[in-house]
Amino acid sequence: MGSELNRLTITEARERLRRREITSRELTRDCLERIAAVEPRLNAFITVSETEAMAQAEAADRRFAQGDAPDLCGIPLGIKDIYCTRGVRTTCASKILGDFTPPFDATVIEKLRVAGAVFVGKTNLDEFAMGSSTENSAFGPTRNPHDLERVAGGSSGGSAAAVAADECLAALGTDTGGSIRLPASYCGVTGIKPTYSRVSRYGVIAYASSLDQVGPFARTVRDAAMVLRAVAGADPRDSTCSARPVPDYEAALTGEVRGMRIGVPREYFVEGMDAAVEAAVRGSLKKLEAMGARTVEISLPHTSYAVAAYYLIATAEASANLARYDGVRYGLRVAADNNIELYNRTRAQGFGAEVKRRIMLGTFALSAGYYDAYYLKGQKVRTLIRRDFERAFASCDLIAAPVAPTTAFRLGEKTDDPLKMYLSDIFTISVNLAGLPGMSVPCGADGHGMPIGLQLIGPPFGEEAILRAGDAWERSGGFAPRTPQL
Amino acid sequence: MNDDSYEAVIGLEVHAHMLTRSKLFCGCATDFGAPPNHNVCPVCMGMPGVLPVLNRHVVELAIRTGLAAHSKIEPHSVFARKSYFYPDLPKGYQISQYDQPLCRGGYIELPAREGEARRIRLVRIHLEEDAGKNIHAESASLVDFNRSGVPLMEIVSEPDIRSPEEAVAYLHELREMLRSLGASDGKMEEGSLRCDVNVSVRPRGATELGARTEIKNLNSFRFVEKAIVYEVNRQIEEVAAGRRIPQETHLWDPEREVTRPMRSKEFANDYRYFPEPDLPPLIVPSDLVENIRTAMPEMPAERRARYIREFELSAYEAGVLTSELEVAEYFEAMLPGLRNRKSAANWVMTEVLRAANESAKPLTEAAPKPQETGALLKMVEKSQISLNAAKSAFAAMCRSGKGAEATVAELGLTQVSDETAIAEACDRVLAAESAKLAEYRAGRDKLYGFFVGAVMKAMGGKGNPKVVNEVLRRKLAG
Amino acid sequence: MAEEKISLEQVRHVARLARLELAPAEEQRLQIEMSEMLGYVDQLNELDTGAVEPTAQVGESGTPVREDAVTNPPAADAMLANAPAREGFFFKVPKIIE
Repeated sequence: MGSELNRLTITEARERLRRREITSRELTRDCLERIAAVEPRLNAFITVSETEAMAQAEAADRRFAQGDAPDLCGIPLGIKDIYCTRGVRTTCASKILGDFTPPFDATVIEKLRVAGAVFVGKTNLDEFAMGSSTENSAFGPTRNPHDLERVAGGSSGGSAAAVAADECLAALGTDTGGSIRLPASYCGVTGIKPTYSRVSRYGVIAYASSLDQVGPFARTVRDAAMVLRAVAGADPRDSTCSARPVPDYEAALTGEVRGMRIGVPREYFVEGMDAAVEAAVRGSLKKLEAMGARTVEISLPHTSYAVAAYYLIATAEASANLARYDGVRYGLRVAADNNIELYNRTRAQGFGAEVKRRIMLGTFALSAGYYDAYYLKGQKVRTLIRRDFERAFASCDLIAAPVAPTTAFRLGEKTDDPLKMYLSDIFTISVNLAGLPGMSVPCGADGHGMPIGLQLIGPPFGEEAILRAGDAWERSGGFAPRTPQL
Repeated sequence: MNDDSYEAVIGLEVHAHMLTRSKLFCGCATDFGAPPNHNVCPVCMGMPGVLPVLNRHVVELAIRTGLAAHSKIEPHSVFARKSYFYPDLPKGYQISQYDQPLCRGGYIELPAREGEARRIRLVRIHLEEDAGKNIHAESASLVDFNRSGVPLMEIVSEPDIRSPEEAVAYLHELREMLRSLGASDGKMEEGSLRCDVNVSVRPRGATELGARTEIKNLNSFRFVEKAIVYEVNRQIEEVAAGRRIPQETHLWDPEREVTRPMRSKEFANDYRYFPEPDLPPLIVPSDLVENIRTAMPEMPAERRARYIREFELSAYEAGVLTSELEVAEYFEAMLPGLRNRKSAANWVMTEVLRAANESAKPLTEAAPKPQETGALLKMVEKSQISLNAAKSAFAAMCRSGKGAEATVAELGLTQVSDETAIAEACDRVLAAESAKLAEYRAGRDKLYGFFVGAVMKAMGGKGNPKVVNEVLRRKLAG
Repeated sequence: MAEEKISLEQVRHVARLARLELAPAEEQRLQIEMSEMLGYVDQLNELDTGAVEPTAQVGESGTPVREDAVTNPPAADAMLANAPAREGFFFKVPKIIE
């Protein structure tokens, strides 16, 4: 069997690369071999960039030889196919983008290139990031590495599965309503959604502009912190991106949680939750208490309204963001006699059912006579949800909760009932509405061995607090999901 | 207007291209005449994942415009998405401003002929991005996105305008204001100033508004005037015949010079405005507004008032001189060193403007440099040349492009003011006309004019009339 | 079955606004699905939001601006590279009707 360098953490790989014990080419090759071996069953990647990845690995190795190698230099990453990558086809898991090949890189991609990272390929997602299972992809679903009959979660299922299956050492996803945290929980990896505005959205294909955020998947909190640091920070091309300096997130990982007040929201432990999920989450809180943290019960009274508010706001913004897909300048074009037919046919054939559903709902929510009752109402409830968190953070430093009511469900189990699918996001969505940072770290497994995530939520720009708590939990023994048997 | 029992109620919506180097939300060039799709980037082409970033200078120019129009500059305004599908609109929405525009209220003051100046009130001024251009070919259309993302100011007036002439005067004043500010070059023919007109009629004396027609596709002042005349007459006819005016949009047909309803759309546009999530609210601090206010160039209305005050010009004269920025600038460049401003004003209104009109060239090319014209008039003030001589010299200067001194010397126009020389000429004339002299001294005063003419002729027309008169009178008196 | 929160006619109108050509079966399915969603979001009416300001954005305040400078050089071929149809330097589209 091969060297299996693809199973290293970034922290380990960084060390060995710097010591020249291994090369990036070896590391990358092991990832590509793993990809070839498991992809037929997993379908985590839409595009595998073997040639480009090896070229990047070679360039990285040269830098190691010169002693000029930043943290992520030579590290193979998976990139959710929602990031524009110059010269590499970008599909957003949709037919409507056709063979669109961006002439530019997303800002975070540029940053990672400069850091010398290696991109092994573009990972699968729910089309236009709309979904909770990666079953809405035009390129087939991504399966959960722990059980191929189950979903990987969504919308960043490909990235989560790729990291869980050791196809790459880390991956980028995006999170609009839970799309990093949910697949991280289902696949047993760590995933972070930073504070809204912490990371540039330039070049990230937009779903819901006031909710979308870039974030990493990794196998450890430290790894995730490293990737976050590499991509976060000001961007003059994104007017919503914060110029606040980026802290050294790794330095925050002191392992110390004594005195930390962890808020536990009563509304997040509801009927219909898996007993195993509740047990695992509560168990991890006990462990953190044993390490010196204090739990305090808090209330986020408007929690039950979050999904409704989200599905008005996100779909409204999406309906406008997706209006540019019209067959005129790029992507799919269906034959037509005039421009109206061009739009109608191209969009009908290019968009999948879930995307159409959300465009329809969002268009309706903004339409004449309905704006106040729907979109505006949603934004007002958003204010109430935000205020809930502001009040809560007066009495705690971070909030702990489950990520999802269940573990990964079976493929096809929820595809007939959109609303049932939407309710998978019930614990993650409020965090996006409030623009807060949230992280999922593995904290247990159910009777089938399916992973369970612990969600840690911070105040605005409170990444350090949640990273510190997550890292402490992980180091205490945490919960290491068993290796997927692929 | 053929029916006095109705009055026209007119409002204008003007879109002005702003004079910036780069576009509203990206760093693409805005120059016209570039080859198609050369001034485009992923942002203004609406590629996936792109985001807008506001051009600082656009905000400054818009604030300047708002201040000049006496509008309230809102410290907090919001960008909004206006959604509709059209091939020249790359994102499928236009970034504009909706219920929270940058400027509210204000007015444009029209130059008064006599009495009080008329004010046309503004509803608002807001910022938005332009769309690209479609060119219709045989069985296809071609799209160029060079213009997509160019910054526009939309200036909306209240329906205070009451005649086509007033509409043109408003447009004219607005354009000159924008040009004075450097905010726009206001060239309707080039499309950097576009105007939609809202027209309705109502019985004279009524206060309620009638149903209005919006007229689009007007690309010259002349067409604005004609379209309004046509539409007002049309509406009066309809109303007088008891028919209802539907609230419609019409297109001006420049060939047939009529307005026609746009092809009826299956469904009216529901623009589904909502706040632009990719742009934070536009916060304008009060010190920015004050800094801009103190650095404002002079507006036509202020300039008019100043001309009336400082130079004691009439309202009419002030109006003519400020009708275009170049005329006012020419006039003021002439003034240094001149005492008689009124005669300078007159000179501009007659000689200079005539030269410009006759040559059909812009003022700066048709007339001599204003400093030279000023120098010419100074010579008149100093009695170095006569006014008539100045007119000849000016005409020559327009043709040759040479300066005042050189031209006067070349044409030998310098006036003679030397008393000795004039006395000599008088003596010669009086000696030659002894008979007439006797008649004059006997009481025939009318002969004075004859003697003046004769002396002037003897001096080749170059005698300083004032001195000639003095000397001649003395000599005639004996 | 969810109470009809949206009529078939409204669904068709929304589809027109969104330029989505829907097959009859799709229209009907969407009517049901949208009705269900709209029924679900109705619970927001339980909340009195009369005095609540809407939140349009959750980022920081302040207006980022850029200098008025031309920073993009012409790159027509790169911009046209993904065009489904082009003619010279133009994007070509089917005949435009209103």
